Amino acid sequence: MNFWNDPLKTAADWLMGVFTGWGMNEVAAQVLIAFLGVLLLITLLMVLDIFLVWIERKVVARFQDRLGPNRVGPFGLIQPFADIVKLLIKEDFTPGGADKVVYNIAPMLSMMSVLILWAIVPLAPVILSVDLNVGLLYLIAAGAIGTLSIIMAGWASNNKFALIGAFRQVAVMVSFEVPMLATLLIPTILSGSMGLNGIVQAQNTWFVFIAPLAALIFLIAAIAELGRAPFDLSEGESELVSGYNIEYAGMKFGMFYAGELLHAFTFGGFWAILFFGGYRFFGLEQVSPFLAVAVMVFKAMIGYWIIMWIKYTMMRIRIDHMLAFNWKFLTPVAFVLLMVVALANALLAGTPTWLYVSGMFLSNVLVAWAAMEVARTVSRREREKVEGPKAVAEAHH
Amino acid sequence: MTAEQIVFLIVALVTLGSAFMVVTTRNLIHAALWLVATLFGVAVVYALLNAGFLAVVQVVVYIGAIAILFIFAVMLTRKDARDSGPQTHKNWWVGALLAVASYLGLSALVLGWSGSSKAAAGLPSGFDAVGQLGEALTSPNAYVLPFEVASVLLLAALVGAVYVAFNRK
Repeated sequence: MNFWNDPLKTAADWLMGVFTGWGMNEVAAQVLIAFLGVLLLITLLMVLDIFLVWIERKVVARFQDRLGPNRVGPFGLIQPFADIVKLLIKEDFTPGGADKVVYNIAPMLSMMSVLILWAIVPLAPVILSVDLNVGLLYLIAAGAIGTLSIIMAGWASNNKFALIGAFRQVAVMVSFEVPMLATLLIPTILSGSMGLNGIVQAQNTWFVFIAPLAALIFLIAAIAELGRAPFDLSEGESELVSGYNIEYAGMKFGMFYAGELLHAFTFGGFWAILFFGGYRFFGLEQVSPFLAVAVMVFKAMIGYWIIMWIKYTMMRIRIDHMLAFNWKFLTPVAFVLLMVVALANALLAGTPTWLYVSGMFLSNVLVAWAAMEVARTVSRREREKVEGPKAVAEAHH
Repeated sequence: MTAEQIVFLIVALVTLGSAFMVVTTRNLIHAALWLVATLFGVAVVYALLNAGFLAVVQVVVYIGAIAILFIFAVMLTRKDARDSGPQTHKNWWVGALLAVASYLGLSALVLGWSGSSKAAAGLPSGFDAVGQLGEALTSPNAYVLPFEVASVLLLAALVGAVYVAFNRK
């Protein structure tokens, strides 16, 4: 009856009636309904994941001036299914000397660390699994499990390339967690909530206009967390092959691969939720929850497309450059920005919207400009030390 | 038994079992991974107690930072992370005695307290646990001093670590 306004609750109530009608205990029915909901969400995500393979391959082909998969089915749409069949019928082996249990758990943990993120994603005002009041910390906690899965995979494979690749990747993930956490606190300050639904509800003006620098830093940290180019240090065709997942074949490799794609899409979604208003789009979310879901998926797709765009146009950064960039530039900037945003938010509270938004925007621009100036001065001094002051002065004229 | 009690018993058994594996397994990496399972079990206990913030922080800090650090340290120290020496100290019975004595003492204390057999009152609906915790940590009437002292201590440790590792030219 009320299905079009609150589909989840209506469906749950209806199922509750059916199950208790069969003489089932009410608590047991509740557990079963929650379980069915999780099953539905994960099934939808995995089906989406299959098409993400196709999307990724099509998009990279366009960026590289190719056509991409175009033989199997219309526009190559059946290609990912052929790939899955291929992955499933490959030999499922365990390398010699590998730690069997850890080796087999790692791909599962990798996929799991992505899927559990969706427990807190608000797809519409009423379509969400749980509105956790510590949602943003939960995002970091799920990332910690992903980090663990990579080091487990690298160690259990009994392969030095895998281990070195895992070390590099984990170094990236652990370091970039710091600026990510600092930028996650900025939407928290602006909305006064750590729950994702609260953050979306507070975005009458998208936070990207209030804190553009925070959105940028979050995107950089998210790409590093994903281990995608330009931060794909675990890969190195001439030295390490593909890093922590070298020894994995068949569907075990498929889990890592699918997990990475879904992770990229998920971070696109989180970027949209935190800075681009989530499911909100000029009141469309009020019309119908299904429209809100469509808006949310569309925004997540745009975020995913931007992550792919960066991946396929940027070169890989060397590991010491990457770590120096994080610890000496991104982390201090993120913390300074956090303080500036908190201060400006307190000073500008109660002012008219146009003044508030422009003031916050300007404070962000100011922090970005100051950071670039400091970086320029420092790097110029470094270069003078190496090349002598004259060469640098000449290069600047 | 309620559903919550069943979940608690399962989580407690898993936590204790993995804690036991941490000290008995001979492979150091496995010990670290069992420790992760133990810490995760503790996080689930926090979640069962409606302390969502602590549960998530437990995972972020202990699994995301400390366990990863352990694994790194183990991997960097030795080629073969296996231990072949005896697993017990010759004074193990003293330790066992102390453990049993402190367990009995704590049990006696808890059982002697009148509140131990009562069920806790449920939280009022709309109770903002994270907000309350934040206010308690920053309010001068509550815990702002211990909180700041702990922060300064951590900062000092951080500065000290940087000083030790700093490469003077």
